[in-house]
Amino acid sequence: MSVKLSTRQVGDVTVVDVAGRITLGEGSSALRDTLRELVSKNHKKVLLNLGEVSYIDSSGIGELVSGFTTVTNQGGQLKLLNLTKRVKDLLQITKLYTVFDVHEDEAAAVRSFS
Amino acid sequence: MRKNAGGGTETLERFLDSTLDSVDRAEAVTLQAAEKAGFEEDDLNKIGMAVREAVVNAVVHGNRYSKHKKVRLSISKAAERFMVKVSDEGEGFDWNGLPDPLAQENLLRSSGRGIFLMRAFMDEIEIRKNADSGTEVTLVKYTSSR
Repeated sequence: MSVKLSTRQVGDVTVVDVAGRITLGEGSSALRDTLRELVSKNHKKVLLNLGEVSYIDSSGIGELVSGFTTVTNQGGQLKLLNLTKRVKDLLQITKLYTVFDVHEDEAAAVRSFS
Repeated sequence: MRKNAGGGTETLERFLDSTLDSVDRAEAVTLQAAEKAGFEEDDLNKIGMAVREAVVNAVVHGNRYSKHKKVRLSISKAAERFMVKVSDEGEGFDWNGLPDPLAQENLLRSSGRGIFLMRAFMDEIEIRKNADSGTEVTLVKYTSSR
């Protein structure tokens, strides 16, 4: 399986549930397209739920960073939810763990948006 | 894998098309060999990811998806060294000129982490420009460190 993305609304926060592999090609471009579409529709509070992401490569990490800057540059916020150990380890060794606002509880994550 | 005439070293070689499908194939072939060499899940994940990054670089930056160019994957195990070589037929590239992805000013760049991850996950890595053409990446994982 490559990647599967679905969006849902929790209050004024858009939650993007991501499942599968975020790797160069279909996986990373699907994530990029989804985030760009949200920004174009003026969704400014985006919570990426990565709990079902089984694999991510450097291209996938790049898409997370790119999504973060895209949303931030539009005056919005992008936060991460439910990192698997694999994704968390990768964000830590690339020093990105402190760049993102990372949450383990969806309700708390939704409340954290200003 | 086959034994070389000199004995000891076993080598497996594949020539892959310059497509992203080859990334999955290279990972699968490598992981099969790594598992046979005795590596367990954590190291298998690291080896798989390093090989994926090396083959992505070979396909995308080296051969630029050319249907006329191949990516050579060579896997060998000698003594306590599991070694994977990934070569492309591109123009060669100065990997030393890449910016440090951990530098504060580079943290938000959307690319440039592949080589860093290979270094992080393997025990040795060497990148060299071939004399004729292309780049060869050598990745080594010690079987004794598992």
